[in-house]
Amino acid sequence: MLPVLNDISFDIPGGEFLALMGPSGSGKSTLLNLIAGIDKPDSGEIRIGGVDITALSESQLADWRATHVGFVFQFYNLIPVLTAFENVELPLLLTRLSGKQRKQHVETALSMMGLNERMHHYPSELSGGEQQRVAIARAVVTDPTILVADEPTGDLDRASADDILKLLGRLNRELGKTIILVTHDPHAAHSARIIRHLDKGVLDATKTLS
Amino acid sequence: MYLIKLVIRNAMRHKLRTGLTLLGIVVAILAFGLLRTVVNAWYAGAESTSAARLITRNAISLVFPLPITYGEKIRKIEGVAGVSHANWFGGVYISEKNFFPQLAIEASSYLDLYPEYILPEDQKKAFLLDRKGAIIGKKLADQFGWRVGDTVPLRGTIFPGNWSFTIRGIYRGAEQKTDTSQFFFHWDYLNETLKRTVPRRANYVGLYIVALNHPEHSAEVSQEIDKTFKNSLAETLTETEKAFQLSFVEMTEAILVAIQIVSFVIIAIIMAVMANTMAMTARERAAEYATIKALGFAPPFLAKLIFGESLAIAALGGAAGIVCTFPVANAFGNAMGALFKVFYVSWQTVAVQIAAALLVGAVAAILPAWRASRVKIAEGLRNIV
Repeated sequence: MLPVLNDISFDIPGGEFLALMGPSGSGKSTLLNLIAGIDKPDSGEIRIGGVDITALSESQLADWRATHVGFVFQFYNLIPVLTAFENVELPLLLTRLSGKQRKQHVETALSMMGLNERMHHYPSELSGGEQQRVAIARAVVTDPTILVADEPTGDLDRASADDILKLLGRLNRELGKTIILVTHDPHAAHSARIIRHLDKGVLDATKTLS
Repeated sequence: MYLIKLVIRNAMRHKLRTGLTLLGIVVAILAFGLLRTVVNAWYAGAESTSAARLITRNAISLVFPLPITYGEKIRKIEGVAGVSHANWFGGVYISEKNFFPQLAIEASSYLDLYPEYILPEDQKKAFLLDRKGAIIGKKLADQFGWRVGDTVPLRGTIFPGNWSFTIRGIYRGAEQKTDTSQFFFHWDYLNETLKRTVPRRANYVGLYIVALNHPEHSAEVSQEIDKTFKNSLAETLTETEKAFQLSFVEMTEAILVAIQIVSFVIIAIIMAVMANTMAMTARERAAEYATIKALGFAPPFLAKLIFGESLAIAALGGAAGIVCTFPVANAFGNAMGALFKVFYVSWQTVAVQIAAALLVGAVAAILPAWRASRVKIAEGLRNIV
Protein backbone atom coordinates (compact mmCIF):
# COMPACT_ATOMS: atom_id res chain seq x y z
CA MET A 1 0.00 0.00 0.00
CA LEU A 2 1.34 3.42 -0.99
CA PRO A 3 0.87 6.17 1.64
CA VAL A 4 -0.70 9.25 0.02
CA LEU A 5 -0.67 11.60 3.00
CA ASN A 6 1.92 11.54 5.76
CA ASP A 7 1.85 12.98 9.23
CA ILE A 8 -0.43 15.84 8.39
CA SER A 9 -1.70 17.97 11.22
CA PHE A 10 -3.26 21.37 10.79
CA ASP A 11 -6.18 23.53 11.89
CA ILE A 12 -8.46 25.65 9.79
CA PRO A 13 -10.21 28.38 11.75
CA GLY A 14 -13.92 28.79 11.10
CA GLY A 15 -14.73 31.34 8.40
CA GLU A 16 -11.32 30.90 6.78
CA PHE A 17 -10.61 30.71 3.04
CA LEU A 18 -7.82 28.20 2.48
CA ALA A 19 -6.23 27.20 -0.79
CA LEU A 20 -4.47 23.86 -1.05
CA MET A 21 -1.94 23.81 -3.84
CA GLY A 22 0.34 21.18 -5.19
CA PRO A 23 1.30 19.24 -8.29
CA SER A 24 -0.78 16.39 -9.66
CA GLY A 25 -0.60 13.34 -7.42
CA SER A 26 0.50 15.38 -4.39
CA GLY A 27 -2.57 14.20 -2.44
CA LYS A 28 -4.49 17.50 -2.30
CA SER A 29 -7.76 15.99 -3.58
CA THR A 30 -7.35 13.08 -1.18
CA LEU A 31 -6.91 15.52 1.68
CA LEU A 32 -9.99 17.44 0.55
CA ASN A 33 -12.01 14.19 0.37
CA LEU A 34 -10.96 13.34 3.90
CA ILE A 35 -11.98 16.76 5.20
CA ALA A 36 -15.30 16.54 3.33
CA GLY A 37 -16.05 13.09 4.75
CA ILE A 38 -16.20 11.24 1.46
CA ASP A 39 -13.10 9.21 2.22
CA LYS A 40 -11.70 7.79 5.44
CA PRO A 41 -8.08 7.86 6.65
CA ASP A 42 -6.33 4.62 7.61
CA SER A 43 -5.32 6.27 10.85
CA GLY A 44 -5.62 9.60 12.56
CA GLU A 45 -8.42 11.93 13.44
CA ILE A 46 -10.32 14.67 11.61
CA ARG A 47 -12.31 17.01 13.82
CA ILE A 48 -14.70 19.46 12.29
CA GLY A 49 -16.70 21.72 14.53
CA GLY A 50 -15.79 19.46 17.45
CA VAL A 51 -16.99 16.28 15.72
CA ASP A 52 -14.52 13.48 15.00
CA ILE A 53 -15.82 12.54 11.58
CA THR A 54 -13.53 9.51 11.35
CA ALA A 55 -15.58 7.91 14.13
CA LEU A 56 -18.87 8.28 12.28
CA SER A 57 -20.59 5.37 10.53
CA GLU A 58 -21.38 5.59 6.80
CA SER A 59 -24.95 6.72 7.39
CA GLN A 60 -23.92 9.19 10.12
CA LEU A 61 -21.28 10.54 7.77
CA ALA A 62 -23.88 10.95 5.00
CA ASP A 63 -26.11 12.93 7.37
CA TRP A 64 -23.13 15.01 8.50
CA ARG A 65 -22.17 15.82 4.91
CA ALA A 66 -25.74 16.80 4.07
CA THR A 67 -25.75 19.29 6.94
CA HIS A 68 -22.19 20.60 7.05
CA VAL A 69 -20.54 20.31 3.64
CA GLY A 70 -21.15 21.96 0.31
CA PHE A 71 -19.34 20.50 -2.70
CA VAL A 72 -18.08 22.27 -5.81
CA PHE A 73 -16.44 20.00 -8.37
CA GLN A 74 -14.17 20.71 -11.34
CA PHE A 75 -16.70 19.28 -13.83
CA TYR A 76 -19.73 20.73 -11.99
CA ASN A 77 -21.32 17.27 -11.54
CA LEU A 78 -24.84 18.51 -12.20
CA ILE A 79 -27.54 15.96 -12.95
CA PRO A 80 -28.12 16.45 -16.69
CA VAL A 81 -31.83 15.56 -16.66
CA LEU A 82 -32.63 18.15 -14.00
CA THR A 83 -32.97 21.89 -14.58
CA ALA A 84 -30.78 24.39 -12.72
CA PHE A 85 -33.63 24.86 -10.24
CA GLU A 86 -34.08 21.13 -9.70
CA ASN A 87 -30.34 20.54 -9.33
CA VAL A 88 -30.16 23.15 -6.59
CA GLU A 89 -33.29 21.73 -4.97
CA LEU A 90 -31.78 18.22 -4.79
CA PRO A 91 -29.88 18.54 -1.46
CA LEU A 92 -32.90 20.24 0.10
CA LEU A 93 -34.83 16.97 -0.24
CA LEU A 94 -32.82 15.78 2.75
CA THR A 95 -34.17 18.59 4.90
CA ARG A 96 -37.61 19.00 6.42
CA LEU A 97 -38.45 22.06 4.37
CA SER A 98 -41.81 22.22 2.64
CA GLY A 99 -42.04 22.52 -1.14
CA LYS A 100 -42.74 26.24 -0.84
CA GLN A 101 -39.78 26.80 1.49
CA ARG A 102 -37.52 24.81 -0.81
CA LYS A 103 -38.60 26.99 -3.72
CA GLN A 104 -37.71 30.13 -1.78
CA HIS A 105 -34.29 28.77 -0.80
CA VAL A 106 -33.50 27.69 -4.36
CA GLU A 107 -34.56 31.03 -5.85
CA THR A 108 -32.47 32.90 -3.30
CA ALA A 109 -29.39 30.76 -3.98
CA LEU A 110 -29.74 31.06 -7.74
CA SER A 111 -30.34 34.82 -7.65
CA MET A 112 -27.21 35.19 -5.49
CA MET A 113 -25.37 33.53 -8.35
CA GLY A 114 -27.04 35.84 -10.89
CA LEU A 115 -28.97 32.99 -12.49
CA ASN A 116 -32.56 34.24 -12.15
CA GLU A 117 -33.08 34.00 -15.87
CA ARG A 118 -31.55 30.54 -16.21
CA MET A 119 -33.43 28.67 -13.48
CA HIS A 120 -35.37 26.41 -15.79
CA HIS A 121 -32.57 25.62 -18.17
CA TYR A 122 -30.91 22.24 -18.29
CA PRO A 123 -27.15 22.01 -17.72
CA SER A 124 -26.59 21.34 -21.43
CA GLU A 125 -28.21 24.72 -22.16
CA LEU A 126 -25.80 26.59 -19.86
CA SER A 127 -22.21 27.72 -20.34
CA GLY A 128 -19.42 26.22 -18.21
CA GLY A 129 -19.34 29.27 -15.95
CA GLU A 130 -23.11 29.15 -15.50
CA GLN A 131 -23.02 25.45 -14.72
CA GLN A 132 -20.38 26.06 -12.09
CA ARG A 133 -22.49 28.83 -10.57
CA VAL A 134 -25.42 26.41 -10.42
CA ALA A 135 -23.10 23.94 -8.67
CA ILE A 136 -22.11 26.62 -6.15
CA ALA A 137 -25.78 27.46 -5.59
CA ARG A 138 -26.39 23.75 -4.94
CA ALA A 139 -23.43 23.74 -2.52
CA VAL A 140 -24.65 26.72 -0.47
CA VAL A 141 -28.41 26.21 -0.59
CA THR A 142 -28.38 24.07 2.57
CA ASP A 143 -26.26 26.70 4.36
CA PRO A 144 -23.38 24.29 5.12
CA THR A 145 -20.55 25.02 7.55
CA ILE A 146 -17.79 24.43 5.04
CA LEU A 147 -17.52 24.63 1.30
CA VAL A 148 -15.04 22.31 -0.42
CA ALA A 149 -14.09 23.18 -3.98
CA ASP A 150 -11.93 20.80 -5.99
CA GLU A 151 -10.38 22.67 -8.95
CA PRO A 152 -13.58 24.70 -9.44
CA THR A 153 -11.99 26.79 -12.19
CA GLY A 154 -10.07 23.98 -13.84
CA ASP A 155 -12.53 23.61 -16.70
CA LEU A 156 -13.32 27.29 -17.24
CA ASP A 157 -11.91 30.15 -19.31
CA ARG A 158 -10.18 32.96 -17.44
CA ALA A 159 -13.18 35.32 -17.32
CA SER A 160 -15.55 32.63 -16.05
CA ALA A 161 -12.90 31.44 -13.60
CA ASP A 162 -12.55 34.95 -12.22
CA ASP A 163 -16.32 35.19 -11.77
CA ILE A 164 -16.34 31.94 -9.82
CA LEU A 165 -13.42 33.00 -7.63
CA LYS A 166 -15.12 36.31 -6.89
CA LEU A 167 -18.27 34.43 -5.92
CA LEU A 168 -16.36 32.18 -3.55
CA GLY A 169 -14.66 35.25 -2.07
CA ARG A 170 -18.06 36.87 -1.51
CA LEU A 171 -19.44 33.74 0.14
CA ASN A 172 -16.46 33.76 2.49
CA ARG A 173 -16.57 37.46 3.31
CA GLU A 174 -20.30 38.11 3.35
CA LEU A 175 -21.69 34.80 4.61
CA GLY A 176 -18.68 33.68 6.65
CA LYS A 177 -18.39 30.34 4.92
CA THR A 178 -15.27 28.30 5.56
CA ILE A 179 -13.89 27.50 2.14
CA ILE A 180 -11.25 24.97 1.23
CA LEU A 181 -10.15 25.34 -2.34
CA VAL A 182 -7.98 22.77 -4.08
CA THR A 183 -6.17 24.12 -7.10
CA HIS A 184 -2.89 23.96 -8.96
CA ASP A 185 -3.54 27.43 -10.41
CA PRO A 186 -1.61 30.14 -8.46
CA HIS A 187 -4.01 32.78 -9.73
CA ALA A 188 -6.95 30.89 -8.25
CA ALA A 189 -5.07 30.21 -5.04
CA HIS A 190 -4.54 33.92 -4.53
CA SER A 191 -8.26 34.37 -4.02
CA ALA A 192 -7.81 32.61 -0.66
CA ARG A 193 -6.42 34.16 2.52
CA ILE A 194 -4.22 31.19 3.35
CA ILE A 195 -2.28 29.01 0.94
CA ARG A 196 -0.85 25.62 1.91
CA HIS A 197 1.33 23.58 -0.40
CA LEU A 198 1.18 19.84 -0.48
CA ASP A 199 3.92 17.78 -2.08
CA LYS A 200 4.26 13.99 -1.98
CA GLY A 201 1.75 13.89 0.85
CA VAL A 202 3.58 16.38 3.04
CA LEU A 203 2.14 19.78 3.94
CA ASP A 204 4.48 22.78 4.06
CA ALA A 205 4.26 25.91 6.18
CA THR A 206 1.30 28.27 6.10
CA LYS A 207 1.47 31.21 3.76
CA THR A 208 -0.98 33.93 4.68
CA LEU A 209 -1.93 36.49 2.08
CA SER A 210 -3.02 39.96 2.90
CA MET B 1 -42.87 13.65 -6.95
CA TYR B 2 -39.24 14.68 -7.31
CA LEU B 3 -38.13 11.05 -7.30
CA ILE B 4 -40.76 10.06 -9.87
CA LYS B 5 -39.75 12.99 -12.08
CA LEU B 6 -36.09 11.96 -11.85
CA VAL B 7 -36.93 8.31 -12.57
CA ILE B 8 -38.98 9.19 -15.66
CA ARG B 9 -36.38 11.60 -17.02
CA ASN B 10 -33.61 9.08 -16.43
CA ALA B 11 -35.63 6.44 -18.27
CA MET B 12 -36.05 8.79 -21.23
CA ARG B 13 -32.41 9.90 -21.25
CA HIS B 14 -31.35 7.47 -24.02
CA LYS B 15 -34.49 7.34 -26.11
CA LEU B 16 -33.20 4.80 -28.63
CA ARG B 17 -31.90 2.45 -25.94
CA THR B 18 -35.06 2.73 -23.88
CA GLY B 19 -37.18 2.34 -27.01
CA LEU B 20 -35.41 -0.84 -28.07
CA THR B 21 -35.58 -2.26 -24.55
CA LEU B 22 -39.30 -1.43 -24.44
CA LEU B 23 -39.80 -3.11 -27.79
CA GLY B 24 -38.04 -6.21 -26.49
CA ILE B 25 -40.25 -6.33 -23.41
CA VAL B 26 -43.41 -5.80 -25.49
CA VAL B 27 -42.50 -8.69 -27.79
CA ALA B 28 -41.46 -10.93 -24.88
CA ILE B 29 -44.60 -10.28 -22.82
CA LEU B 30 -46.77 -10.68 -25.93
CA ALA B 31 -45.08 -13.98 -26.84
CA PHE B 32 -45.27 -15.14 -23.23
CA GLY B 33 -48.98 -14.33 -23.06
CA LEU B 34 -49.69 -15.97 -26.41
CA LEU B 35 -47.88 -19.18 -25.43
CA ARG B 36 -49.69 -19.27 -22.08
CA THR B 37 -52.96 -18.82 -23.97
CA VAL B 38 -52.10 -21.73 -26.26
CA VAL B 39 -51.42 -23.91 -23.21
CA ASN B 40 -54.67 -22.77 -21.61
CA ALA B 41 -56.55 -23.48 -24.85
CA TRP B 42 -55.17 -27.00 -24.77
CA TYR B 43 -56.58 -27.47 -21.31
CA ALA B 44 -59.81 -25.64 -22.16
CA GLY B 45 -61.72 -28.88 -22.72
CA ALA B 46 -60.90 -29.97 -19.20
CA GLU B 47 -61.57 -26.55 -17.73
CA SER B 48 -65.05 -26.35 -19.22
CA THR B 49 -66.14 -29.69 -17.79
CA SER B 50 -68.68 -30.21 -15.05
CA ALA B 51 -68.00 -32.09 -11.83
CA ALA B 52 -71.58 -33.37 -12.02
CA ARG B 53 -70.95 -35.44 -15.17
CA LEU B 54 -69.19 -38.74 -15.74
CA ILE B 55 -68.08 -40.32 -19.00
CA THR B 56 -68.40 -44.05 -19.48
CA ARG B 57 -66.52 -45.64 -22.35
CA ASN B 58 -65.15 -49.00 -23.40
CA ALA B 59 -62.40 -50.06 -20.98
CA ILE B 60 -60.12 -51.28 -23.78
CA SER B 61 -60.13 -48.13 -25.87
CA LEU B 62 -62.31 -45.29 -26.95
CA VAL B 63 -62.40 -46.71 -30.47
CA PHE B 64 -64.40 -49.71 -29.27
CA PRO B 65 -68.11 -48.95 -28.80
CA LEU B 66 -70.55 -49.94 -26.07
CA PRO B 67 -73.97 -51.52 -26.59
CA ILE B 68 -76.94 -49.18 -26.55
CA THR B 69 -78.53 -51.40 -23.91
CA TYR B 70 -76.04 -50.16 -21.28
CA GLY B 71 -77.87 -46.85 -21.09
CA GLU B 72 -80.88 -48.25 -19.24
CA LYS B 73 -78.70 -50.22 -16.83
CA ILE B 74 -76.65 -47.13 -16.00
CA ARG B 75 -79.80 -45.12 -15.46
CA LYS B 76 -80.89 -47.52 -12.70
CA ILE B 77 -77.68 -47.13 -10.68
CA GLU B 78 -78.09 -45.17 -7.49
CA GLY B 79 -76.82 -41.61 -7.70
CA VAL B 80 -77.37 -41.32 -11.46
CA ALA B 81 -79.61 -38.40 -12.40
CA GLY B 82 -79.61 -38.85 -16.16
CA VAL B 83 -77.87 -40.58 -19.05
CA SER B 84 -77.18 -39.61 -22.63
CA HIS B 85 -74.95 -41.04 -25.32
CA ALA B 86 -72.87 -39.86 -28.24
CA ASN B 87 -70.67 -41.08 -31.06
CA TRP B 88 -67.62 -39.33 -32.45
CA PHE B 89 -68.40 -38.95 -36.15
CA GLY B 90 -65.11 -37.74 -37.63
CA GLY B 91 -66.50 -36.49 -40.94
CA VAL B 92 -64.71 -34.25 -43.41
CA TYR B 93 -66.17 -30.98 -44.66
CA ILE B 94 -64.78 -30.45 -48.18
CA SER B 95 -61.17 -31.05 -47.09
CA GLU B 96 -59.31 -32.45 -44.07
CA LYS B 97 -57.96 -29.04 -43.16
CA ASN B 98 -61.50 -27.91 -42.24
CA PHE B 99 -61.44 -29.98 -39.07
CA PHE B 100 -64.11 -29.49 -36.43
CA PRO B 101 -65.57 -31.90 -33.87
CA GLN B 102 -68.79 -33.66 -34.91
CA LEU B 103 -70.85 -35.72 -32.51
CA ALA B 104 -73.95 -37.81 -33.06
CA ILE B 105 -75.99 -37.29 -29.90
CA GLU B 106 -79.20 -38.42 -28.31
CA ALA B 107 -80.42 -34.86 -28.69
CA SER B 108 -83.03 -34.37 -26.01
CA SER B 109 -81.13 -35.92 -23.10
CA TYR B 110 -77.76 -34.55 -24.25
CA LEU B 111 -78.97 -30.94 -24.33
CA ASP B 112 -80.50 -31.45 -20.88
CA LEU B 113 -77.10 -32.55 -19.57
CA TYR B 114 -75.28 -29.59 -21.12
CA PRO B 115 -77.14 -26.46 -19.98
CA GLU B 116 -74.04 -24.41 -20.89
CA TYR B 117 -75.00 -24.78 -24.57
CA ILE B 118 -77.56 -22.05 -24.92
CA LEU B 119 -79.94 -22.60 -27.83
CA PRO B 120 -83.03 -20.49 -28.60
CA GLU B 121 -86.16 -22.48 -27.83
CA ASP B 122 -87.54 -22.31 -31.41
CA GLN B 123 -84.24 -23.56 -32.82
CA LYS B 124 -84.11 -26.37 -30.28
CA LYS B 125 -87.63 -27.41 -31.25
CA ALA B 126 -86.76 -27.30 -34.95
CA PHE B 127 -83.65 -29.44 -34.33
CA LEU B 128 -85.53 -32.05 -32.31
CA LEU B 129 -88.14 -32.34 -35.06
CA ASP B 130 -85.69 -32.74 -37.95
CA ARG B 131 -83.87 -36.11 -38.00
CA LYS B 132 -81.33 -34.70 -40.47
CA GLY B 133 -81.01 -31.51 -38.54
CA ALA B 134 -77.87 -30.29 -36.79
CA ILE B 135 -76.92 -27.60 -34.32
CA ILE B 136 -73.58 -25.85 -34.34
CA GLY B 137 -71.64 -23.60 -32.02
CA LYS B 138 -71.27 -19.86 -32.63
CA LYS B 139 -67.54 -20.12 -33.24
CA LEU B 140 -68.02 -22.79 -35.89
CA ALA B 141 -70.82 -20.78 -37.53
CA ASP B 142 -68.57 -17.72 -37.68
CA GLN B 143 -65.65 -19.74 -39.02
CA PHE B 144 -67.55 -21.05 -42.05
CA GLY B 145 -70.19 -18.33 -42.30
CA TRP B 146 -72.98 -20.86 -41.73
CA ARG B 147 -76.49 -19.76 -40.92
CA VAL B 148 -79.66 -21.52 -39.83
CA GLY B 149 -81.14 -23.32 -42.82
CA ASP B 150 -77.81 -23.97 -44.54
CA THR B 151 -77.00 -27.50 -45.68
CA VAL B 152 -73.68 -28.97 -44.62
CA PRO B 153 -72.33 -32.00 -46.51
CA LEU B 154 -69.90 -34.24 -44.66
CA ARG B 155 -67.84 -37.13 -45.99
CA GLY B 156 -67.81 -39.91 -43.43
CA THR B 157 -64.51 -41.54 -42.46
CA ILE B 158 -65.41 -43.68 -39.44
CA PHE B 159 -68.91 -44.06 -40.86
CA PRO B 160 -68.36 -44.07 -44.62
CA GLY B 161 -70.69 -42.37 -47.06
CA ASN B 162 -71.84 -38.88 -47.91
CA TRP B 163 -73.93 -37.30 -45.21
CA SER B 164 -75.95 -34.18 -45.41
CA PHE B 165 -77.28 -32.07 -42.54
CA THR B 166 -79.44 -28.97 -42.26
CA ILE B 167 -78.44 -26.46 -39.65
CA ARG B 168 -81.41 -25.91 -37.35
CA GLY B 169 -79.77 -23.95 -34.60
CA ILE B 170 -76.68 -22.08 -33.47
CA TYR B 171 -75.83 -22.32 -29.80
CA ARG B 172 -73.71 -19.97 -27.78
CA GLY B 173 -71.76 -20.67 -24.63
CA ALA B 174 -72.94 -19.76 -21.17
CA GLU B 175 -69.33 -18.86 -20.33
CA GLN B 176 -66.32 -17.70 -22.27
CA LYS B 177 -64.68 -21.08 -21.75
CA THR B 178 -67.64 -23.02 -23.18
CA ASP B 179 -66.75 -24.89 -26.37
CA THR B 180 -68.72 -23.40 -29.27
CA SER B 181 -66.81 -25.10 -32.07
CA GLN B 182 -68.85 -28.31 -32.16
CA PHE B 183 -71.33 -29.82 -34.60
CA PHE B 184 -74.13 -31.98 -33.19
CA PHE B 185 -76.61 -34.11 -35.06
CA HIS B 186 -79.02 -36.91 -34.19
CA TRP B 187 -77.59 -40.25 -33.10
CA ASP B 188 -80.84 -41.85 -34.32
CA TYR B 189 -80.11 -40.68 -37.87
CA LEU B 190 -76.65 -42.25 -37.70
CA ASN B 191 -77.97 -45.47 -36.17
CA GLU B 192 -80.80 -45.91 -38.68
CA THR B 193 -78.40 -45.37 -41.56
CA LEU B 194 -76.02 -47.95 -40.09
CA LYS B 195 -78.89 -50.43 -39.69
CA ARG B 196 -79.38 -50.19 -43.44
CA THR B 197 -75.76 -50.02 -44.58
CA VAL B 198 -73.65 -51.82 -41.93
CA PRO B 199 -76.10 -53.55 -39.57
CA ARG B 200 -73.39 -55.08 -37.36
CA ARG B 201 -72.28 -51.56 -36.34
CA ALA B 202 -75.77 -50.37 -35.41
CA ASN B 203 -77.01 -50.00 -31.82
CA TYR B 204 -73.59 -49.13 -30.44
CA VAL B 205 -72.53 -45.87 -28.89
CA GLY B 206 -69.09 -44.33 -28.43
CA LEU B 207 -69.64 -43.10 -24.91
CA TYR B 208 -72.24 -42.45 -22.27
CA ILE B 209 -72.59 -39.18 -20.46
CA VAL B 210 -73.84 -39.73 -16.94
CA ALA B 211 -75.31 -36.94 -14.82
CA LEU B 212 -74.91 -37.27 -11.07
CA ASN B 213 -77.32 -36.36 -8.31
CA HIS B 214 -74.41 -35.50 -6.04
CA PRO B 215 -71.03 -34.69 -7.65
CA GLU B 216 -69.24 -35.64 -4.43
CA HIS B 217 -70.27 -39.27 -5.00
CA SER B 218 -68.63 -39.46 -8.43
CA ALA B 219 -66.06 -42.07 -7.32
CA GLU B 220 -68.66 -44.43 -5.87
CA VAL B 221 -70.96 -44.09 -8.88
CA SER B 222 -68.05 -44.63 -11.29
CA GLN B 223 -67.10 -47.83 -9.48
CA GLU B 224 -70.68 -49.00 -9.43
CA ILE B 225 -71.08 -48.47 -13.20
CA ASP B 226 -67.86 -50.31 -14.02
CA LYS B 227 -68.78 -53.10 -11.58
CA THR B 228 -72.11 -53.52 -13.34
CA PHE B 229 -70.40 -54.35 -16.62
CA LYS B 230 -67.51 -56.33 -15.17
CA ASN B 231 -66.84 -59.59 -17.06
CA SER B 232 -69.14 -58.54 -19.89
CA LEU B 233 -68.09 -58.46 -23.54
CA ALA B 234 -67.62 -54.72 -23.30
CA GLU B 235 -66.25 -53.73 -19.92
CA THR B 236 -66.47 -50.04 -19.12
CA LEU B 237 -64.18 -47.39 -17.82
CA THR B 238 -65.97 -44.54 -16.07
CA GLU B 239 -64.25 -41.35 -15.06
CA THR B 240 -65.12 -37.75 -14.44
CA GLU B 241 -65.58 -35.58 -17.48
CA LYS B 242 -62.47 -33.65 -16.49
CA ALA B 243 -60.33 -36.80 -16.25
CA PHE B 244 -61.72 -37.91 -19.61
CA GLN B 245 -60.71 -34.61 -21.24
CA LEU B 246 -57.33 -34.59 -19.53
CA SER B 247 -56.58 -38.02 -20.98
CA PHE B 248 -56.51 -36.34 -24.41
CA VAL B 249 -54.30 -33.54 -23.13
CA GLU B 250 -51.86 -36.07 -21.66
CA MET B 251 -51.24 -37.47 -25.14
CA THR B 252 -49.64 -34.16 -26.08
CA GLU B 253 -48.19 -33.27 -22.71
CA ALA B 254 -44.60 -33.24 -23.99
CA ILE B 255 -45.53 -30.50 -26.45
CA LEU B 256 -47.24 -28.52 -23.71
CA VAL B 257 -44.22 -28.83 -21.44
CA ALA B 258 -42.00 -27.64 -24.32
CA ILE B 259 -44.28 -24.63 -24.93
CA GLN B 260 -44.22 -23.75 -21.25
CA ILE B 261 -40.43 -24.02 -21.12
CA VAL B 262 -40.12 -21.79 -24.19
CA SER B 263 -42.42 -19.22 -22.59
CA PHE B 264 -40.17 -19.04 -19.52
CA VAL B 265 -37.02 -18.99 -21.65
CA ILE B 266 -38.40 -15.89 -23.39
CA ILE B 267 -38.80 -14.19 -20.02
CA ALA B 268 -35.30 -15.25 -18.97
CA ILE B 269 -33.84 -13.79 -22.19
CA ILE B 270 -35.58 -10.44 -21.82
CA MET B 271 -34.52 -10.41 -18.18
CA ALA B 272 -30.89 -10.73 -19.27
CA VAL B 273 -31.34 -8.01 -21.92
CA MET B 274 -32.97 -5.69 -19.40
CA ALA B 275 -30.30 -6.43 -16.77
CA ASN B 276 -27.60 -5.57 -19.31
CA THR B 277 -29.36 -2.30 -20.16
CA MET B 278 -29.65 -1.34 -16.52
CA ALA B 279 -26.05 -2.35 -15.77
CA MET B 280 -24.84 -0.21 -18.69
CA THR B 281 -27.00 2.69 -17.51
CA ALA B 282 -25.73 2.46 -13.94
CA ARG B 283 -22.10 2.24 -15.10
CA GLU B 284 -22.51 5.40 -17.17
CA ARG B 285 -24.00 7.25 -14.22
CA ALA B 286 -21.38 6.25 -11.64
CA ALA B 287 -20.24 9.88 -11.25
CA GLU B 288 -23.84 11.07 -10.77
CA TYR B 289 -24.47 8.43 -8.15
CA ALA B 290 -21.24 9.42 -6.40
CA THR B 291 -22.32 13.09 -6.48
CA ILE B 292 -25.72 12.22 -5.05
CA LYS B 293 -24.04 10.24 -2.29
CA ALA B 294 -21.61 13.09 -1.62
CA LEU B 295 -24.59 15.41 -1.16
CA GLY B 296 -25.67 13.17 1.70
CA PHE B 297 -28.15 10.76 0.11
CA ALA B 298 -28.00 7.24 1.49
CA PRO B 299 -27.68 4.10 -0.72
CA PRO B 300 -31.46 3.31 -0.56
CA PHE B 301 -32.13 6.53 -2.53
CA LEU B 302 -29.91 5.27 -5.36
CA ALA B 303 -31.59 1.86 -5.18
CA LYS B 304 -34.97 3.57 -5.50
CA LEU B 305 -33.74 5.49 -8.55
CA ILE B 306 -32.48 2.34 -10.29
CA PHE B 307 -35.36 0.07 -9.30
CA GLY B 308 -37.81 2.82 -10.21
CA GLU B 309 -36.33 3.27 -13.66
CA SER B 310 -36.14 -0.46 -14.32
CA LEU B 311 -39.67 -1.09 -13.08
CA ALA B 312 -41.04 1.88 -15.02
CA ILE B 313 -39.58 0.57 -18.30
CA ALA B 314 -40.70 -2.99 -17.55
CA ALA B 315 -44.20 -1.87 -16.52
CA LEU B 316 -44.63 0.27 -19.63
CA GLY B 317 -43.36 -2.51 -21.90
CA GLY B 318 -45.45 -5.06 -20.03
CA ALA B 319 -48.60 -2.97 -20.32
CA ALA B 320 -48.07 -2.50 -24.07
CA GLY B 321 -47.35 -6.22 -24.43
CA ILE B 322 -50.54 -7.14 -22.59
CA VAL B 323 -52.63 -4.73 -24.66
CA CYS B 324 -51.17 -6.23 -27.86
CA THR B 325 -51.84 -9.78 -26.65
CA PHE B 326 -55.61 -9.46 -27.06
CA PRO B 327 -55.79 -8.63 -30.80
CA VAL B 328 -52.91 -10.96 -31.62
CA ALA B 329 -54.50 -13.84 -29.68
CA ASN B 330 -57.81 -13.11 -31.36
CA ALA B 331 -56.23 -13.21 -34.82
CA PHE B 332 -54.26 -16.35 -33.90
CA GLY B 333 -57.38 -18.06 -32.55
CA ASN B 334 -59.31 -17.24 -35.72
CA ALA B 335 -56.48 -18.51 -37.90
CA MET B 336 -56.43 -21.79 -35.96
CA GLY B 337 -60.16 -22.30 -36.56
CA ALA B 338 -61.66 -25.16 -34.57
CA LEU B 339 -58.26 -26.62 -33.66
CA PHE B 340 -58.62 -24.92 -30.30
CA LYS B 341 -62.07 -25.32 -28.76
CA VAL B 342 -61.77 -22.00 -27.00
CA PHE B 343 -59.01 -19.46 -27.42
CA TYR B 344 -59.05 -16.37 -25.28
CA VAL B 345 -56.66 -14.48 -23.04
CA SER B 346 -57.71 -15.27 -19.49
CA TRP B 347 -57.30 -12.88 -16.54
CA GLN B 348 -54.95 -15.41 -15.02
CA THR B 349 -52.73 -15.07 -18.09
CA VAL B 350 -52.83 -11.28 -17.79
CA ALA B 351 -51.92 -11.57 -14.11
CA VAL B 352 -48.96 -13.83 -14.96
CA GLN B 353 -47.88 -11.36 -17.67
CA ILE B 354 -47.98 -8.49 -15.15
CA ALA B 355 -46.00 -10.55 -12.66
CA ALA B 356 -43.46 -11.51 -15.36
CA ALA B 357 -42.97 -7.89 -16.46
CA LEU B 358 -42.48 -6.69 -12.88
CA LEU B 359 -40.15 -9.60 -12.16
CA VAL B 360 -38.06 -8.65 -15.20
CA GLY B 361 -37.87 -5.05 -13.99
CA ALA B 362 -37.01 -5.99 -10.42
CA VAL B 363 -34.42 -8.67 -11.20
CA ALA B 364 -32.72 -6.45 -13.81
CA ALA B 365 -32.22 -3.73 -11.20
CA ILE B 366 -30.77 -5.86 -8.40
CA LEU B 367 -27.11 -5.94 -9.47
CA PRO B 368 -26.87 -2.31 -10.71
CA ALA B 369 -28.59 -1.06 -7.55
CA TRP B 370 -26.28 -3.10 -5.36
CA ARG B 371 -23.21 -1.82 -7.20
CA ALA B 372 -24.41 1.79 -7.14
CA SER B 373 -25.13 1.66 -3.44
CA ARG B 374 -21.62 0.34 -2.78
CA VAL B 375 -19.77 2.74 -5.06
CA LYS B 376 -17.09 4.68 -3.19
CA ILE B 377 -17.74 8.39 -3.62
CA ALA B 378 -14.13 9.34 -4.33
CA GLU B 379 -13.82 6.57 -6.95
CA GLY B 380 -17.17 7.40 -8.49
CA LEU B 381 -16.32 11.10 -8.80
CA ARG B 382 -13.27 10.20 -10.87
CA ASN B 383 -15.61 8.48 -13.32
CA ILE B 384 -16.50 11.63 -15.30
CA VAL B 385 -17.88 10.78 -18.76
